[in-house]
Amino acid sequence: MAELTLKKVETKAPAMNLRRKPRWGEMIIQGLLFFSGFFSILITLGIVYELGKEALLFFQMPGVDLLATVTTTEWKPHVNKFGIWPLLTSTMMTTFIAMLIAIPLGMSVAIYLSEYATPRVRSTLKPILEVLAGIPTIVYGYFALTFMTPILREIFGRDVVQIYNTGSAGLVMGILILPLISSMTEDALSAVPRSLREAAYGVGATKLEVAVQIVVPAALSGIAAAIIVGISRAIGETMIVAVAAGAGPNFTFSPFVGAETITGHIVRISGGDLSYDSIDYNSIFALGLFLFIITLTLNIISQAIVRRFREVYE
Amino acid sequence: MKEQAVVQGFANDLEGRKRKGVIWHVFFQISTVVGIIALIALLLNVIDGAFGYVAYEARVDPDTLAVNGTPIEDQSKEQLVALLQSSLSSGAYNKLDKEKPFADRSREEVYQLVVERIIRPKVVQVWKLWPSLTQADQIRATVEQDHPGAELDFVSWLTTDFVTRPQSSEPLTAGVRTAILGSLWTILFTILLAFPIGVGAAIYLEEYAAENWFNRIIQTNINNLAGVPSIVYGILGLAIFVRALEAFTSGKMFGIVNLTSANGRTVLSAGFTLGLLVLPIVIINAQEAIRAVPRSLRNASFGVGATKWQTVWSHVLPNAMPGILTGTILAISRAIGETAPLVVVGASTAISFDPSSPFSKFTTLPIQIYQWTSRPQDEFRSLAAASILVLLVLLLSLNASAVLLRNRFSRRF
Amino acid sequence: MNNNSDHKYVIETHDLDIYYGTFKAVTDVNLQVERNAITAIIGPSGCGKSTLLRAFNRMNELYANSSIRGDVCFNGQDIYAREVDPVEVRYRVGMVFQKPNPFPKSIYENIAWTARIHGYKGKMDEIVESSLHQAALWDEVKDKLHQSGLSLSGGQQQRLCIARAISIQPEVILMDEPASALDPIATLKIEELMQELKKNYTIVIVTHNMQQAARASDYTAMMMLSRDGERSGTVIEFDETTRIFTNPKDKRTEDYVTGRFG
Ligand SMILES: Nc1ncnc2c1ncn2[C@@H]1O[C@H](COP(=O)(O)OP(=O)(O)OP(=O)(O)O)[C@@H](O)[C@H]1O
Ligand SMILES: [Mg+2]
Repeated sequence: MAELTLKKVETKAPAMNLRRKPRWGEMIIQGLLFFSGFFSILITLGIVYELGKEALLFFQMPGVDLLATVTTTEWKPHVNKFGIWPLLTSTMMTTFIAMLIAIPLGMSVAIYLSEYATPRVRSTLKPILEVLAGIPTIVYGYFALTFMTPILREIFGRDVVQIYNTGSAGLVMGILILPLISSMTEDALSAVPRSLREAAYGVGATKLEVAVQIVVPAALSGIAAAIIVGISRAIGETMIVAVAAGAGPNFTFSPFVGAETITGHIVRISGGDLSYDSIDYNSIFALGLFLFIITLTLNIISQAIVRRFREVYE
Repeated sequence: MKEQAVVQGFANDLEGRKRKGVIWHVFFQISTVVGIIALIALLLNVIDGAFGYVAYEARVDPDTLAVNGTPIEDQSKEQLVALLQSSLSSGAYNKLDKEKPFADRSREEVYQLVVERIIRPKVVQVWKLWPSLTQADQIRATVEQDHPGAELDFVSWLTTDFVTRPQSSEPLTAGVRTAILGSLWTILFTILLAFPIGVGAAIYLEEYAAENWFNRIIQTNINNLAGVPSIVYGILGLAIFVRALEAFTSGKMFGIVNLTSANGRTVLSAGFTLGLLVLPIVIINAQEAIRAVPRSLRNASFGVGATKWQTVWSHVLPNAMPGILTGTILAISRAIGETAPLVVVGASTAISFDPSSPFSKFTTLPIQIYQWTSRPQDEFRSLAAASILVLLVLLLSLNASAVLLRNRFSRRF
Repeated sequence: MNNNSDHKYVIETHDLDIYYGTFKAVTDVNLQVERNAITAIIGPSGCGKSTLLRAFNRMNELYANSSIRGDVCFNGQDIYAREVDPVEVRYRVGMVFQKPNPFPKSIYENIAWTARIHGYKGKMDEIVESSLHQAALWDEVKDKLHQSGLSLSGGQQQRLCIARAISIQPEVILMDEPASALDPIATLKIEELMQELKKNYTIVIVTHNMQQAARASDYTAMMMLSRDGERSGTVIEFDETTRIFTNPKDKRTEDYVTGRFG
């Protein structure tokens, strides 16, 4: 090693100063980053404030009162009737039908993928389900109207099933939500420790018994969370019902007739030229606020369940 | 199972359990197959709608346009131009000339114009692909019987012309150029809002935020926002961008007074609304990418006396960037497919001019699909099917680029 | 050479306790690090060696909820004082980690970036070359300066990390088991290098290798989990290395040192 390489190039300033120097650049950047983080809070506040404000205005309009809204079954804005039930029942109908499809299928898919499928099968099937989840909902709407509805009409008769109906929308919504439920359920199943499965196999249980009687119960809260998120998603889903479930509120429990859901109603009302401060304008904020509160509540419950579930196994 | 069974009974029991296992195994498998079948059915159904026979009648009989016994098919470009000049109003003729001088147009293009503007074929009936393939003879017979004057052609609704033509109320000449450009303009502003703020928020939460209640609230809030229905964002966008910030989003603030602009219902409002919608997704994905950068790298940087931002900027971000970009692309493809919030924000129902500035009226591909799907006539459903194919190809290429990015840059440590 | 030689010790700790949350990982350490010498910290796994070492340049702060009580003085100045900037401390007290961690950049950039962030305005090629020379790596990499630092062997990577650390000429270099991931030949290289570096720098090294400590260091601090039942580490003996290895005062030191020698 040459002599010169060992000498220090230069020495540091003699007076050592460890004092904090203001780094203005760093501080500005930190401020910007904080603002970015805080921005999401502003979005929530914006939603609560704007929706709340207009919803209040809605309930102050002449002819609107909260009690009538929650107790009557006619939603006819042109005659000042704002009973939310027809919108609510159709939302419940489509959600119910969707979950009827999505829960059993989604759970079966999850059990199959996590307990039965070989890694190779899993690695081909999962992307397919992801594709299903990535297709825009308007495409599902088209599918409901041009594929599912004709099939339903073929099966149950054209005079029974209307062109627009909640059944077709609900079924297709179930397909849309299936991948969501299956992937969340699969996460829950795969979080169940291996030792638990081995314990069950060790006493001679079959694969089915291990899967259904040991793994699924152990992952139950994770599965519950998946189902709740699925319900929340179904309630907020819009384009399928806007296209296929029919226009015009209709207080009915038949899946074969057209009935407008909350989201479908908002889309139809705002599709035209909505003038500010009209009763229609204010009503969509009231409905939006209602949707927001319901879905938020469901999501919070689901997250709380997931957190509890994690605590058990970590 | 736990009974004190004799040996044979025990063996029978096992048989039963096994059989049950097989049955359920098959059931689980079938459920999975149902998901795949649904995907295939969905795609086939779209393809089924996008191709097939179409019967159309001319509003003006082409035979009446013959000059000295020469049918228009055989006429020269000059004759066709003259025909256009005499048949169209001078305003319409001049407008066409202005768009592209007739001198520069080929005979083919002029012929196309004659068909579109003078003969104006009108669709009388369309068939989907499957019947077109299996019942061609019947279809031909029906058309001859019901619409003797009609032409029957097998068409693909999805053509290059379809992608490059502007919107139109005539199914045979309608295209999605306006909608595609509208989608691209909108997405530009979505990215401008969501990317910097999203990545900034992710950096804040992963690298700067201390463990305290306030930052926990921010994190929880982001998770919750990701689950808010998209239509609620539409309502928020209507209240904030369209109404409250109208001066800004309509361009009035910048002295732009555009008679065709619709108050605040502009590309800018739409893009920002979708920006708010995908922001939580961008943040969550970026956080994951940043978290994947190993701690040893940060230690190396801090160990030589780098500041926080120097560490983040020079080491954390470059190494997290492929993941951040992948996540952002996925979020963007979500935005490109969104319909409901844009309807609420006020997408235009019929515009045939391309968006040209942030303050233009807008329509997007999904909005176009929605409008065509909602029309009762079958020919518009065919247009919807063709535009769905365009949308799916767009999304597919976006996702493919995300996958490529991920595979190319994965595992550097 | 040493511009702060008015202080006898480069680093001194006084009654230093180090916590992770409420867990007290290190208790009551009083240690003096001699200038231009190599000080080794030895002791069984989990007794807080890394924790103590990281406290010397405030790297500890980067770990969730760690805190200290007592103080650590660098040239007589308390580095945990309110007004002290940890970045300044780390600028003067460099660190080499157990697992080589070059930046995923070129060999050249590993050093150039480090110099640049500290405002180095001179000729970049010079500082890269001289740092690599001092780390005894130059001859092996001079033809591939623009290849990724990750393309080097483990031993070369570690010397690159040392080159990177000394490029900004700290006064102290902290090394946490710098050779534990290396083979014996690479280890020997690092040890030779330390002897060279000692002329210009003060080195504190954590090691599990008794021979290494005996061979390479001038002073040795022996750490153990303290006796009082807590799972908390402390320095039980600190002396010249020869004393520690030939004539330890504490029975536990003797057991540990001889046990290792077999
Ligand atoms: N980031 C941390 N958070 C909480 N506790 C920690 C953390 N790092 C270390 N500890 C705890 O502090 C104690 C001392 O750990 P330290 O890593 O300093 O030991 P060590 O002597 O370096 O061990 P080794 O020889 O295995 O490297 C251990 O009980 C360890 O569990
Ligand atoms: Mg250690």
